[in-house]
This record gives sequence, structure tokens and C-alpha cells, in this order.
Amino acid sequence: MDVILREVCKSFGARRVLDRLSWSFPGGQISCVQGPSGCGKTTLLRLIAGLESLDSGEILGSRDKKISAVFQENRLLENLTVEKNLLLTARPSFTRTDARALLDGLGLSDTAQRRVHELSGGMRRRVAVARALAADYELLLLDEPLTGLDGELRLRVLRRIQADLNGRTAIWITHDADTTNLLGTPVLRIDLLRG
Amino acid sequence: MRSSTTFRKTDAQSPRVAVRPWAIAFWLLLWQIAAMAVGRDFLLASPVTVLLRLWALLRTAAFWSAVLYSTARILLGFLLGALAGGICAGLSLKWRRVRELIAPLHAVLRSIPVASFVIVALIWVPSRNLSVLISFLIVFPLIYAGTLGELERTDAKLLEMARLFRMKPLRRLIYLYLLPALPAFANLCATAVGMAWKSGVAAELISIPAGSIGERLYKAKVYLMTGELFAWTLTIVLLSALCARLLRFALRRIAARLERM
Repeated sequence: MDVILREVCKSFGARRVLDRLSWSFPGGQISCVQGPSGCGKTTLLRLIAGLESLDSGEILGSRDKKISAVFQENRLLENLTVEKNLLLTARPSFTRTDARALLDGLGLSDTAQRRVHELSGGMRRRVAVARALAADYELLLLDEPLTGLDGELRLRVLRRIQADLNGRTAIWITHDADTTNLLGTPVLRIDLLRG
Repeated sequence: MRSSTTFRKTDAQSPRVAVRPWAIAFWLLLWQIAAMAVGRDFLLASPVTVLLRLWALLRTAAFWSAVLYSTARILLGFLLGALAGGICAGLSLKWRRVRELIAPLHAVLRSIPVASFVIVALIWVPSRNLSVLISFLIVFPLIYAGTLGELERTDAKLLEMARLFRMKPLRRLIYLYLLPALPAFANLCATAVGMAWKSGVAAELISIPAGSIGERLYKAKVYLMTGELFAWTLTIVLLSALCARLLRFALRRIAARLERM
């Protein structure tokens, strides 16, 4: 099912972030949202996730869906192990073996029993991605999931996310054109509003 | 805002200067010299006199009986206070009305001197149970305010993450609230148990229940047995420190167990 934005408006105090934004994210595939810093990409994702309330307009197709996300920040439980972080929010059928396989796929072999605070920034980011993929979801929201990753690792994580979707819908926020080119999907471009 | 933390030994201890053996030796030596200068044990008992008196006490059944009597009551008061304080903090976090209801009680309990409590409480409570009540009244506001403060520092972004991922309520409670708050709670309990001992013994000293440490302290004071007075004081200090250590140990074990759940 598509995720549809209709005349979406959102302000924080006097600052208008999104102004009558309308768009349709097709179901069953990845869509990108691209734009400069501060243009409201993250706000849009939070609105779709139901973490912020709309000022006006409506969002269809996301309300009753099981959502998973990679937040702008990792939001991991830093003193727990990587495996524990995954298992706490994973789908019921997700096992420790699944966790190890998923971590292997993201280049995080042998990290399952390590505590998150012991990991590098790039590794933590991949753990956040792993947690999102381990969850039971119909809609995946990704806020710059490749932050802190470079070269081959970026591509590896990107491909792993694509493979995991398996016909489910994903909305991917990015500020860089390389990612959108790699994904080759529809792109919603948001511009910075003035005033 | 606090990020998630679990119990670690280093977290559990506030930054403070370690007590070094040489510093202890210095103060003991100074005490010994002062006692020798005064020259009368009933005015200032020397460390050697105190240790000899303590050794003599340790070999009597009455000593252990008094220790057991007071420890049981003071720890009961502490445990009830800690439990009530913790539960009320949780309820206050959840419901603003509970917080508003407890606020005046908390303010009163925090500001009234122990001696006033003891004298008023003696009218209704038998002297043998007074230390339970007084320990409770001293521990409750301390644990309540400290725990509530810690719970309020729970990372809002992690709570949002838990909501989005539909994390189970019990898991949220354990991993987002309890585990991160445990190190501070352990520190709080260590302080509170010390306060429970101080206030509990003060209550016993005023109410003088038969067979308590307070009664033994009172008699030592009345009969000018300063060595015994100091020996009992040392006993109280050691018991208080032991309780604090055991509490920290127990809470560390609980944290480790929770983490494995």
C-alpha cells in the first residue's frame, strides 16, 4: 500500500518546516527523500512514523502499519550487547542465529557479545540498521542509515537493506545524490523553506 | 538527559578520595597522643582502650544480641522506606496527581528533625519498634526524591525508540528505566542505609528499648564508660559500612540478572 502525503504542513513555533507537501510513496519498494540540511526530511519521517503531529493535511497508508526505523541518531542501549539490542525489539521468530547471520551480512561478525559502547561510530550505525531489519515491520523508515560508513561498506549495507525488504515499503532519507543513484528509486526532493 | 547505562562498579561510586591506610594511621596516632595527653579514659578513651573494649564485647552474647536486635529493626525500617520510596517515585513519574499528593509529605519529612519525630512517635509507637519507624521516615524521602530524579532522566529518545518498535512494557521498565537508574539507586541506598543507622540508633538512644544498641550506648554514657561508648560507636560505623557494601553487592547482582533476562 502506498504512503500518501496530502497538503502536509508542519511548523515549530514560527518556523514553518513543511508547507502543503503532497507526494505518494509507492508501496513495496524503496523511495528516497532528498534535500539540504534543515529542510524537514527528518520531520517528515517523524510525521510518517506518528512521532510528531501534523499541523494540517493528512498522511495515509502508514497509520496502522508496523513500522521499523533507523533514526537520525542510533538510539541504542549503549551498555547492552549488540545481540541484546537486536533481540529486545526483534520480531518474535528472530533467533540468536538470525542475529549472527544478520550481523555477518552487515560486516559485524563477532560483535554479537560486545557491548555497544565498545564499538566504533560506523559499527554502531550498522547495529542500528541491523536492529531495524530484525524488527517485525511493514514500513521501514531510514534516516541517513549510511552515515559514518564509506566505500564498499556503504554499498554492502545498502544491498543488505534492499535484500531484506522483500516487497515491503521503505522510505529512505538522504542528502547525497550517490545514494539515490545507487538505489535508482523515485525521489522526493524537498527544498529549504524561507521564513 | 541521561543515556542508557547499566550497573558498573565505577558508576556506582561517586568521585571521592580513597581512604588510605597511612591517613588512617595518622589519625589513630593523633587520637592516641591526645588520649595520652588527657590521661583519663573516661574523658577520652584511647584507640587501644577502645579496641580492647570492643574485643571484650565481641566475646559476650549480649553484644551479639544487641547487634541483632538493632540491625533487624533498622534494616526493616530501611527496606520498608526504600520500597515505599521506590514505588511512590514510580507512581509519581506515571501520575502527576500522585506527585502532587506526596509533595507536602516529602517536604515535611525532609525538614523535621529526627529528635522531634522520635518524641512525637513515642506517644503512639512502643519504644522497641521506634527505630523501625524512624528509619523508615528518614529513608523514604531520600529514596523517593533520588529515585524520582533518576527516573525523570530516562532518555526520551530511547523511550520514543521503544514506542516505535512496540517494545514490551516489561522490557521498557527493565531496560529503559530500572537498569539505567540502578547505579544511582545503589549510591542512594548506600547513603540511605547510613542515615537509617544514624537515625535508628538516635531513636533507640531516646526511647531506650531494652537490649538494643541504643540502650547500651545510653548506659555507657551514664556510667562514663567512654571506652565502651566508643566501642559501640565503632560497631555502629562498621555495621553501617557493612550494610552499604552488602546493598551495593546485592544491587549489582540484581542488575546482572536483569541484564540477562
